[in-house]
Amino acid sequence: MGESDRLTRMAFTRTAGRLGLLSCHLCNSLTESAPGAYEGRCSRCGSHLRFRKPDSITRTWALLIAGYLLFIPANLLPIMHTNSLFGAQSDTILSGVVYLWTSGSWHLAVIVFIASILVPSAKLVTLTFLVVSVQRRSTWDPLQRTNMYRILESVGRWSMLDIFVVAMLVALVHLQTLATIRAGAGAVAFGAVVVVTMLAAMAFDPRLIWDPRWTRHE
Amino acid sequence: MVTLPVIACHECDLLQRKIALPPQGRARCRRCRAILYRDYPPGPDRALACTIAALVLFLIANAYPIVGLEVQGNRETASLYDAVHTLWVEGREDVALLVGFTAMLTPAIEISLLIYLLLPLKFNRVTEGTVPILRFLQTVRPWSMTEVFLLGILVALVKLEHLARVEAGIALWAFGSLIPLLIIASMSFDPEELWAKVTG
Ligand SMILES: [Zn+2]
Repeated sequence: MGESDRLTRMAFTRTAGRLGLLSCHLCNSLTESAPGAYEGRCSRCGSHLRFRKPDSITRTWALLIAGYLLFIPANLLPIMHTNSLFGAQSDTILSGVVYLWTSGSWHLAVIVFIASILVPSAKLVTLTFLVVSVQRRSTWDPLQRTNMYRILESVGRWSMLDIFVVAMLVALVHLQTLATIRAGAGAVAFGAVVVVTMLAAMAFDPRLIWDPRWTRHE
Repeated sequence: MVTLPVIACHECDLLQRKIALPPQGRARCRRCRAILYRDYPPGPDRALACTIAALVLFLIANAYPIVGLEVQGNRETASLYDAVHTLWVEGREDVALLVGFTAMLTPAIEISLLIYLLLPLKFNRVTEGTVPILRFLQTVRPWSMTEVFLLGILVALVKLEHLARVEAGIALWAFGSLIPLLIIASMSFDPEELWAKVTG
């Protein structure tokens, strides 16, 4: 906490928002806002600008709840059905990981576990924590919370891994004499979890983490 | 309009003065450590060369099979298109769309729009619609998942190893070399160069 505290108290620090400047995330330039206005247009590239992402907290919450709800079928429903000479078999995400583990590919089991189970659940929990902390105008270690946000934003895409695995398996083991693999309903739910959590992370505005600092030290 | 030598951090909104950077240097936010801006090699040459090479590899990656499977003398191959197509005809249109969008359509859009912007820039011209294209690229970029797709192929290969003899196709190598090229391209393309031209 010490380091970030020192940084935020630096006497000459000012945010664009406090000075009434809208910052453009496309061309990086700053535009002065009309008095009292919450939005404006970038004077350089014409992008529509707002001080903070619109309804960031409400939209993040809505997408998070959708993510939690979809996470249940994503893990319970089979993502893939295999029909082979040895009989029919349905795999959920977890049983796929167990299969990789027991068949000796423990390194891949770890990768798939991280990408498909750890990342989505950690992402949901972390983002929930961030939204709650922002809603309560918490001043707890903003640097740490920004780092959390950065991590969850950059690892989210890797959860698509299992969808791609299923897609390749389906295409390869298709109408084979030996076996057929089809995608299950769990794959749809799981894909939706990935999309919804990515959208939730995009809806969240990390600048909100730092905002309470200013009202406190004013 | 004069561009202020000041930049606001995208992640914490802190205002900071812009300074000249050493070659390949990056400026970080002094409060939250976000990357504020970086130094790019001058001119669009390197970015353009990488993007054109990426386009060629992307075409190969899509035209040829990614993996081949040999079961009892029967040889089956699958390309990215086959994967999307099979999912679609088997009634998983939603998964087919998701895979097609993230592994095929978005990277294709990204590569072709970059060439569309960079090629005229090489001849010191700015293309029509540069601003909306840059905006669109920024929106579309998080959904381009070639590197995740490549890892997915590798996991699928290992899963099939017990079932049959698997062999890597040309497209697998194309996908593998496409990824570093796209990274180098995005790291050597300076959007400021475009902005300076657009705003005159
Ligand atoms: Zn910052």
